Amino acid sequence: MSPFLFWIFALLTLIFGAAVVINRNPVASALSLVMSFLGLAALFMSLNAYFIGIIQVLVYAGAVMVLFLFIIMLLDLRAEEAHRINWVASAAGLAVALILLGQILSVVGHFKIAHTTFPTLPPTTIDDVRNVGASLFRNYNLPFQIVGVLVLVATIGVVLLSKREPR
Amino acid sequence: MVTLGDYLIVSGILFVIGFAGVMLRRNLIIILMSLELMLNAANLSLVAFSRFRVGPTGLPDYNAQVFVFFIITVAAAEVAVGLAILVALYRARQTTDVKDISSLKF
Repeated sequence: MSPFLFWIFALLTLIFGAAVVINRNPVASALSLVMSFLGLAALFMSLNAYFIGIIQVLVYAGAVMVLFLFIIMLLDLRAEEAHRINWVASAAGLAVALILLGQILSVVGHFKIAHTTFPTLPPTTIDDVRNVGASLFRNYNLPFQIVGVLVLVATIGVVLLSKREPR
Repeated sequence: MVTLGDYLIVSGILFVIGFAGVMLRRNLIIILMSLELMLNAANLSLVAFSRFRVGPTGLPDYNAQVFVFFIITVAAAEVAVGLAILVALYRARQTTDVKDISSLKF
């Protein structure tokens, strides 16, 4: 992928990611999150991970976002009114985040391998879904079944949590 | 050319944005969305490493992509449970602001 496209999608992801945090209106935040996930899916595809990019769009931009928007609609959340900001707490939180950013950047900067480009892949088309599926069902069969149980438990838990208790 | 470090830096900045959202915002829905951003930042660096580590067959390392698949599954379950807790909380307290939920605060 050309560097131009990479930086466009990276900026798309980061700007809309920041918009999620900055927006006061929860609906605007949710829609910014969709755009951020779409940019991220493009980045995944630029890394030849087409299967991951597609399930990113299906699961996140589709299912998870609908869930978020439904809850916003159900609870009828409005934009927060501008309340007084606790400046000391906000500055401390921002400082911790910036220190973390500095650490990540310095680690990546000192990481020698990070300055090399990606190795080229064979020119044949990559059968992405087949390879991920083979790895999933051969090497990770037990974790896959455990994740299935986890999703079942989550489903039952959600039903139990959202059931209205009889008074 | 785009290097591995570029992807890692984008992933790091995305993680910090999510982290700042969890630290700064008080609306529980926005905090859940910021958690999603952080999980996706981790996914991006995993996929970048997967593409970088080409095996003897000349193909990317698919172990990392299987891992991303698991993370996406667990994140979807986490969002469902988190939002159900949010709805239960809203029924009990009529608020989604973390400032108003301080019963367990020491």
